[in-house]
Formats: sequence, C-alpha cells, structure tokens
Amino acid sequence: MLILTCPCCGVTAEETEFHGGGEAHVTRFGPGSSEDDFHGYLFEKVNPKGVHFERWRHNNGCGKWFHAARCTVTLEVFGTYSAQTTEPPQDIKDKISAKRPGWSWREFA
Amino acid sequence: MSEAVSALKGASFDGFVTVKDTGLHGMITLRGDLASDAVKAAVQDATGAPVPGQREVSGADGNWVAWMSPDELLLIVAYDAAPQIEADLRKALSGSHHLVANVSDARAVFRLSGSATGLREAIAKLCPVDMTPGAFGPGQFRRTRMAQIPAALWMPTDDSLHVICFRSVADYAFNLLKGAAAPGSEVGLFS
Amino acid sequence: MSTRLANGGRLLNKGRALEFTFNGKRMTGVEGDTLASALLANDQMMVGRSFKYHRPRGIVASGGEEPNALVGLGENGKFEPNQRVTTTELFDGLTCASQNHWPSLEFDVGAINSKLSRFLPAGFYYKMFIHPRPLWKHVYEPFIRQSAGLGKAPRDRDEDSYEHFYAFYDVVVVGGGVAGLQAAKAAGQAGAKVLVMEQTPHWGGRAPVDGGEVDGLSVDRFVEQSVSELHAMENVTLRTRMMGAAVYDHGYVMGYERVNDHQPDAKGPRHRLWRIRAGQIVTATGAIERPLSFAGNDIPGVMLASAVRDYAVDYGVSVGDRTVVVTNNDDAYRTAITLKNLGLEVPVIVDARPSGGGPLAGEAVALGIRVENGKGIAKVKGGKRVEGVEICTQAGEGAALETIKCEAVAMSGGWSPVVHLWSHCGGKLLWDDENVMFRPDGDKAPTGAEGERFVIPAGSADGCLDLASVLDNADAAGKAAAQATGHTPGKGAAPQAQPETMTPIQAVWMMPQGASYKLRMKAWLDYQNDVKVSDIQLAAREGFESVEHAKRYTTLGMATDQGKLSNINGLAILSDALSQGIPQTGTTTFRPPYTPISMSSIAGEARNETFQPIRKTPMHSWHEANGAHWEPVGAWRRPYCFQKPGESVHDAVNREIKQTRDSLGLLDASTLGKIIVKGPDAGKFMDMLYTNMMSTLKPGRCRYGLMCNENGFLMDDGVVARLDEDTFLCHTTTGGADNIHGHMEEWLQTEWWDWKVYTANVTEQFAQVGVVGPKSRKVLQKLTDDDISNDALTFMGWTEITLKGGLPARVFRISFAGELSFELAVPASHGRALWDMLMQAGAEFGVTPYGTEAMHVMRAEKGFIMIGDETDGTVIPQDLGMDWAISKKKEDYLGKRAQQRSHMTDPTRWKLVGLETLDGSTLPDGAYATADGTNANGQRNVQGRVTSTYHSPTLGRGIAMGLVLNGPDRMGDVLDFPKVDGTVIKAKIVDPVFYDKNGEKQNV
Repeated sequence: MLILTCPCCGVTAEETEFHGGGEAHVTRFGPGSSEDDFHGYLFEKVNPKGVHFERWRHNNGCGKWFHAARCTVTLEVFGTYSAQTTEPPQDIKDKISAKRPGWSWREFA
Repeated sequence: MSEAVSALKGASFDGFVTVKDTGLHGMITLRGDLASDAVKAAVQDATGAPVPGQREVSGADGNWVAWMSPDELLLIVAYDAAPQIEADLRKALSGSHHLVANVSDARAVFRLSGSATGLREAIAKLCPVDMTPGAFGPGQFRRTRMAQIPAALWMPTDDSLHVICFRSVADYAFNLLKGAAAPGSEVGLFS
Repeated sequence: MSTRLANGGRLLNKGRALEFTFNGKRMTGVEGDTLASALLANDQMMVGRSFKYHRPRGIVASGGEEPNALVGLGENGKFEPNQRVTTTELFDGLTCASQNHWPSLEFDVGAINSKLSRFLPAGFYYKMFIHPRPLWKHVYEPFIRQSAGLGKAPRDRDEDSYEHFYAFYDVVVVGGGVAGLQAAKAAGQAGAKVLVMEQTPHWGGRAPVDGGEVDGLSVDRFVEQSVSELHAMENVTLRTRMMGAAVYDHGYVMGYERVNDHQPDAKGPRHRLWRIRAGQIVTATGAIERPLSFAGNDIPGVMLASAVRDYAVDYGVSVGDRTVVVTNNDDAYRTAITLKNLGLEVPVIVDARPSGGGPLAGEAVALGIRVENGKGIAKVKGGKRVEGVEICTQAGEGAALETIKCEAVAMSGGWSPVVHLWSHCGGKLLWDDENVMFRPDGDKAPTGAEGERFVIPAGSADGCLDLASVLDNADAAGKAAAQATGHTPGKGAAPQAQPETMTPIQAVWMMPQGASYKLRMKAWLDYQNDVKVSDIQLAAREGFESVEHAKRYTTLGMATDQGKLSNINGLAILSDALSQGIPQTGTTTFRPPYTPISMSSIAGEARNETFQPIRKTPMHSWHEANGAHWEPVGAWRRPYCFQKPGESVHDAVNREIKQTRDSLGLLDASTLGKIIVKGPDAGKFMDMLYTNMMSTLKPGRCRYGLMCNENGFLMDDGVVARLDEDTFLCHTTTGGADNIHGHMEEWLQTEWWDWKVYTANVTEQFAQVGVVGPKSRKVLQKLTDDDISNDALTFMGWTEITLKGGLPARVFRISFAGELSFELAVPASHGRALWDMLMQAGAEFGVTPYGTEAMHVMRAEKGFIMIGDETDGTVIPQDLGMDWAISKKKEDYLGKRAQQRSHMTDPTRWKLVGLETLDGSTLPDGAYATADGTNANGQRNVQGRVTSTYHSPTLGRGIAMGLVLNGPDRMGDVLDFPKVDGTVIKAKIVDPVFYDKNGEKQNV
C-alpha cells in the first residue's frame, strides 16, 4: 500500500486516505473535435511500465486533487504536485531524469 | 420553535477513556481566499480567532477555526450564534468570491477525555494517523479516515480530543469509539 | 515413551500445574508449556492424521513451521480449527481435539487411502475424476469433500473482539532472538524510534537452547541484559506474542499480536493487527531446520533435531528414552550431546557425510555416543510411533545394515533462513552452495517510496549460522537501519562470542541417495499435504518442469504451513529430476502472511454493529418504531414501506400509494443529495454539468436537470433550485451525492481551475420531507402563516417560509409522484420535530408515511425515469426521449461531444416506451422482448427489455417501462416477453405516462 504526500494539505498518508483518478495531463476534447481526438481523449489512456503520471484525490482528507509522478514497476514516488498545471513541473522532471535517465512519458521527458 | 437535537443526544460511554457526544455546535463552512485580508478580518470578527495555518486549528473553548483545505475553513461556534455569524460573514465577504454555508446540523462531534495516552490509543485503533505525542497534538487539525468513514481530529488540550464526522454516521462512529475505548483493550504504547 | 524430565525446562514454572483435555482425555501440564510440550509430556505422540492418506502424525517441530500437529481449539464461540499446538500456549482449562479422522484418532477409516497410496499419486484427482462429467457433481465431489479438509469450520459466532492498531516507527525489528535484540539495541542507541516484536512469549529465540557465551555472559544472561537495556530506552517499544506477519510496499508491516490467546477469559481483544509504517525493517526472523527425506520420516516420534533439543531444554520434555540422531551437518550433534547430558540414550548418530563432523562430533564421541559416518536411514520402523530404524549406506539403495531400536528420531537436513518477510515485497534470494541454503541477496532488496532499500536481514535470517557472526551481522543491520532513517549509529563493536569451527554441511536430498521407489513413496516432503519424493519425481516426468507448475500439480507447499519444511527439499528433488541446479529451478513465491492469521483480526473492528457504516436520517428512529421495512440505498437505510401489524409488504405499498393519491402521504427525502454551487461563474459551470440550460433559471425557481459523464451516458438527475444570482442548490440522487460532489470538484480543480466557483456538500445539513397528495397544501398551511397558495408558490417554484414556532424552512414545490406536493427542508436537528408536526397536523387527512417502493410505483405511473433503473451506465438521455432536457443552444456540456458519436446517434438504439401487459399481470424485472430468428450463438434475437415494472394499485394492473427497438414509432405493437418458466407474457407498447397524462394533479 502506497504512501503519498498531498501537496494541497501537506499530509503524508497511506493510500486508504486517497483515491486514484487515472492518467494525468489529459487534454479534454469537446464538441467540434475530430473523432480521432475525441476517441483518444476518452479511451486511449497510457499504462506504462515505469514512469507514469497520475491523478489522485485526497478524498479522506482535504478533498483536493493532485498529481503524482511514480514508477509503476518499483512503486517509487518521484513527487506529487498541483493538479492545476498542464505538464509536470521541471523539478519533478529533473528528479525523474536523475533516477531514470532517458525516461519519457508521452510528450514529456 | 422545536428543540434542536444532535444525532445522539449527548450519549456517553466510559471506557479507558470517556467518549461523549458533545451535542450541537454552530458550524459554518467558509470557502474563499484564506490569505485575503477580508477573510482574515471576517474570521477574526466572527470567532475571535485568527485564520489557522495549514492543518491547524485556532481558537479555544468552543470557538474554533479549523483548516479544512487550502480554500476552506470550518468555523465552530455556539449553535445559536451560527445564523447571525453566517449573515455577518456573507456581508463582510460580499465584495469577494466566497461561499458561506451554515452546516451546524450536518455533523456530530465526540469528545474523548480521561487518560491522555488512552485517547491517543483509541484513535490509533481507527485512524491511519501517527498519534504519538510530538507527531500529533493540540493546535493541529487532521482530516483522515476513521475505519470506513471520513473524520477529523483535534485536541483542545493534551488530555482531550475531538472527533468530528457526518451526522448520518454518528451511530457508527460512536460504536467505533466505544469499541476502541473498551476496558481491557489498552495498548500501553504512548505511556 | 515421551515424558517430562525431572530436571530442565527453562521456560517452565513447574510450581503451577495446568489442567487440559485432548480428545476429551484429561491431561496435566505446567505453566510455561506450549500445548505441544504438554502433549509430549503426556506421551501423546500421535496428534492427528494426514490430509490425504490419513497417516498417523505426530509433532515434528517446536515452532510456527509445524505441519502436522493441528487441533481444533476451544469450544462453541471460542472454537477455532487448525491451531498449531507448537505455538499454542497452555492455559488452565484448555480443551482441544485432533482433526481429520473418523471415527477416532486411533482407528480411522480414511487410513485405507494409505493402503491405496500406490494408486493415489500426484495428480490422481485431476486424472481420475474428470470423466464422466456428470459424475463429478453427484459422486466425486461429495466424496472428496467428505474425506478431505482439515479442521471443521466453526459453527458459532466468534465471541471475541479484535482490533487494528496504526503505528509508526523509524525501525521495526521482526524477531526477538539475539539477532533482533542486538539490532534493536544498535538502532535504539542511535536514537531511532524502534519497535521490536517477538512471536513467542519469550525473548532470546533459540540461542539460549544452543548455549554459548557473549561478552563473557551466558546467552541467557546476555538476553536478559539486552532486554532490560532495551526496556530502559524511551525510544524503543518491545512487544512479545506479536508476529511480523507481512511486509508490503512502502514500509508497511503487519504485526499480528495475540493479546489474549493464552488467557481466553481476560478482557480486551483476542488479537490485535498492527498496521505499521516503518522507515526500515530489520528481519531477524531466524532459520528453520529442514527434515531429511527417508522412508517413514513421518512416523510419530520422528522430529527435527532442533525441536527435540528445544523440548528437552525449554520444556524439560524427553521425546523418547532412546533417540537416534540423523544428520548431514554438525548442528544436530548438539541434540545428541544435550540428550546424553540429560541422561537419555542416544544409540547412534547417523551422519550422511562420509568423513563425518567437526569438533561437536568429537565432543559426542567423547561422551561415548556411537557415530556412523557415511550412513543414512533406510527406513523408520513403526506405525503410530517409532519403534526403530534401519541403517544403510547413504551412497547405496537402502539395503539394511542394521536395525536399531529407538523411540525417537532426531533429523537435521540443514537450516533454511526465514527469508519470507524479505521476499514478501520483492527481495531476491541467492543460492548459497556452501551452506546449502537460499539467503537474501543483499544487492536486491525491496525498495520503498523513495526508491530506498527498506528491508535489512539480520542474523540467521541472513544466513549466519553461528552466534559470533549472528551478533556481528545483527549489530551492523541495526546500525544500517538507524543510519538509513537519519540517525547516527554508535561506533562501538558488536558483542563478542566465540567463533565456532564447523565441518561443512553436505547436501542430502534423498536418503539413501539411491533409494528404491518403494522407499521413495514413503519418504515425505510435505507432511501436511501428503506429498512424497515419488510425487515430485512423477510430476517432473509428466512435464511439470516449472516449480510453480510442479507445486500446483502435487500441492507441495500449498497447505496451511505453506511448505516451511518442504519447499526447499521438494525443489531439490525437482531439480535433481530435471538434472539442473537448484538456482536454475528457482523458488516459489513467498506470500504473506508468514503463518496463518485469524480472519477476525483482518476484519478488526468491522463486524457486528460496526461491520459497515449505515447512514441514518434524523427520522430514522421514528421509522424504526413504526414498522419500517428497510431498503439499503447507498450506505443509507430507507424505509421500503411501513408495515402495519399483520400486513404484507405488498399490501403496505398499495395502501401507501392509495392513501397518498387520495389524500396525503409523507416521504422522508433527507437522503437526497444537496450541493451548493456558488460563484460568479456558477451559471457557466452549471451549464457544463447539466444537459439543460441552467444559467437561465431564475432565483426562486426550480428546474429538473440531467447530468451525463463525458461518455455521454446519464449519471444522475435531480431538481436544481436557484437560490440567488450566483448560487444554485443541486439535488442529486440518494446514492449519488458524494460522487456528484466529487465529480464537480474534479472538474473545478483539474480542468476549469480558473473558474470562480465554490461547491459545498450540504446533504446532511437538511432533513427533507416530501408532503404529497391532494391535501398537501392544506396540511402545510396549518403549519405556517406564510402564503403558499398556487399563486404565491407556483409549480417548480421554491420559497422560504417560517413554520409556526419560528422554525425556518425551505419549500420546494416539485412533484415526483404526480400529485400536488411540496418538499420541506429544515435543519437536520429539527428533522424529527418537523416529521412529528406533519404527522400531527396531517392526522385529520389520514396522513400516511410512505417508503421508497410507493415512491417508485408512483413515479412509474407518471412515466418518470429513475437513475439506476432506466439507466445502467450505457443509456443516454436521447434513449429516454428526454431531448427536451437537452439544450440545443449550448455549445458544450459534459457528454455533448460523446452524444454526437455515430453509435450514439444510431436510429436503432433502443428507446423508452411504456409497456402494458395484455392480461394485466406484472412483467418480470429485466425481462427481454424476443424477436424473430437467432443470433450467431443460437440464442433468440431480442428487441427490447424491461427497465422498471410494478403492479400499479392506481390502475389495478401491471405497468412497466422498457427500452425497445424503434419503440416510440411502434405504439400498439405487442411484444413477447418469455419468462424463465417457459411461458410468455404479451405486452403492448404504450405511452410511458400511465397516470394523469396532462399533469393536472400536480398543478392545482
């Protein structure tokens, strides 16, 4: 069972206080978007072996959503950060680069 | 007007700590920019207590301000005072984006008292929180999971602890706390 | 015979005798005994029968690895099957019974299987009982179930209580032997917050049995001193009777504390499951001795050499007057020496190594013990207890050289470090050829949240086999753990013990090496699941070459002991059969818990009243006192109906509907979700959340709205009230409140975080009562002086009123039943009072509280949909003919784009219609309308299904709603709905509004 630190309230707590919300940094496509874009948005989520960015909610706590960067193989957590961003912050990316040289995730590296 | 009653009407249990339904409190949810002067002043005026820091609770003796999230406070005041405070807050904050809601009837509050170590133990049976003195104590406000429900904890003093949960699960919460405080189930850890 | 010795028994208080019974037979033990030592002291060599062949079985071990000696412990509400006697502390009045035999332990019918064992090899059941198929259910399965199984499941409710406990430490040390104590000391002295747990009631582990000196003190004294030093450290917690059951991700350790097993009448929980987070975990879990595989190695009286020694030293129990020791290593010589020094006979030490042992062997010879090198045991003689052994050459095929009479056999096949906790979370092992063991591979430790290693093995668990290296290793482990958690360890040296010289162990996997088939099929590997050497060899021949396959095929290591004694031996036999090395064959996976833990401890507080939270409205106790027949809705309990004495549920529902439609009904609607949405962008946000246009709603007005997810599917519905210019109150379904609030927050926090909107879930702030029926205004007017006339409060309007006495309330004039109706919301603390007021005021109108079923029937009579009935996560509003609730003007709302996808606009999507049975009966829930022909699977084609179906007391007939192919265009068509009994109900497609089609009744 994971331990995560909620960047919104600062608590480090076990997974039972949180709820996973799937892949982070998904771009919403609405009316007027192409079939492919919309299909990609709804259904084509990545599930990588290794570095992954996820959304989590501190539902048994402050109730806020945040993002977590972690390794799906070792369960190492590289960091958590605000959900109000469209891409992982540089310090998180740097930390991952230090630990997983040559990593990439979608368009980020 | 009919008499307002809390979910458990002041029920109490004596185990290795005493668990008591504290009855009704005035409670007001305030959402807004907690760093703004307007909110700071309004909260101070309403409760006499300052806006608390992250995961903290300010105030004393039935007048508390609890930090719920980066944009939410829970003001805990006298039950009868809540409607006026609610109105005052709305007025004071009318110039800024905010939400004020009287939620005085939405929750149940339990007080654990008696053995200072015992109340820590009772909570440690139910919540995944480090209850060691030093890790948690007066001044802090911790929202967490208590067995299968969301709950929040704070310690007005070293030897008392308040648990707050939703009103509909008051029975469940009380039963949980009774079990956790059952005589003979002391863990003997924080002594 | 096994008996209590006059001397010895370091753990006993011989001054206090304890009475207990085994299979009804009264026996006596002493304080400090385990049930195992007490049984042996009473010469109870045979304690059970084996699983498959029902062979007589005795105690083999002295700890948690015991495979044979399982009993049903206690009676009635305290009964628990499969309890290991070796880990059960004796208490006065203990009752236990052996398992897996019929009619008695001594005479057992199932033992016939043993005679047939030649015909019951590995995989027998798979091969035999597969054909003919029909026989499986009625012949084979009942027979197998009858004869298989260990203990019986308890029949009574467990009387005891159980709990969890959350704890947080820098360093958790699992195991309170010398290694654990030393590691704890080293970490504690560095200032780390340490928990050290020991599964037995005693500190020191096995070292005091083996003896030796540490820093000039006897091991006993050293242990005592270490424990008192640890007790004196404020940052160290010591717990006995607590097993490190499991290690999970991110330093999560499960500690299983058996609080009251040894004092069943004491207050408090029986077991406490510690859910611990540790920065570092030191596994000082010791090692387990391996049996040797020779014929008859399961006869009662054949024991692990260390266990024989433990019983003698710790409990003053002799397993037999004459004990033959058989070994492939030096350690077992200690058993011979111990027994000899206690005045017992050791006729011979059989050492499989051609050149024998080291200094310990010399010591044994000096005591006058006969030692036979290069020899093995061909077979053990005896049935229900050991009578003697046949000795042979280890290198041969088992021809007996000599028969030696004895009452016990002490065997040692070497030691396996307890690597379980190391492995639970991914620690890898390496094969140590020299010491013939798997031990932790220090380079491949489990890693934690920061990518750091978080498990450190210590002492024997790390493969150290003598006291000096155990202490060194454990001291280093404790220091490393302290360092890793940010503390500075001291520079002091580890306590010193005299290094021992040992002659290396020799791998002996089969005894003798060339044992015949006849011998091999009596050489047991897995005692509990009756797996023999010959079974593993058969599995290999039949192609089960992967260790995981061989394990499942033969059931090796799959019993409740999880193969603690058998896995390595079985693995070696398999490797040999495959002519490959042990590391190439690999191990099976070690899974938690280390030994079985009680299911109740896992449940913790989640039983009886606290099994799960049940949400109760402020009116719950009234409902309870007035015949509520409950229905769970989400975590809420809502009255399904209120039964009067002697009334059936169906009659109660009909009465409630009739009375509501005729006059006045009351519904406790407090469970409906209530969410405030407020802010300058609230209207914009509401337009995204709902398919309708909500931003145009006027303050004081209500609008029914639909909510879809991004897939376009309906997820919730409810009435929205606009409280003021920038505030909306959204009502949700009962089960949906938390989810919908979460849904709103998710969009606000993760997509539209620049929108100025706040939400608050105020569901529990209000008690809400539906006042429904033609007399509803009349009764409401009795309670308030405010104007609630049709002009003042029109349909779909809301207002604030003051009830007589001064209580403020919100009134929503909305209708779900199709009658004139009002929903009244007051603060929850006044909910019960409001209910009582309405009951009193309504008495003259025959006010009738109604439940969820009446609510459902009435809404169905009106053709109103219900989320969860008409919708199932694949239905869009357009399917339900609710295009009127979908704004055409809005550019966007959640689900809009999805509803434009080709499948969603497909004209052949099934659409909502009403269904009226021709014979007036009620359609079965979920019934399908069949169509002509069959599909590719040969099933009847279908053209629709029932989504809601009720008997309507208003219309006196069955009514239903359903989704039907081209339904709205086929009014009057008759569909066939086959029932499971083969008969068919015919139903006509009609308009879904069955009652008051023009909506006149709600608008008066």
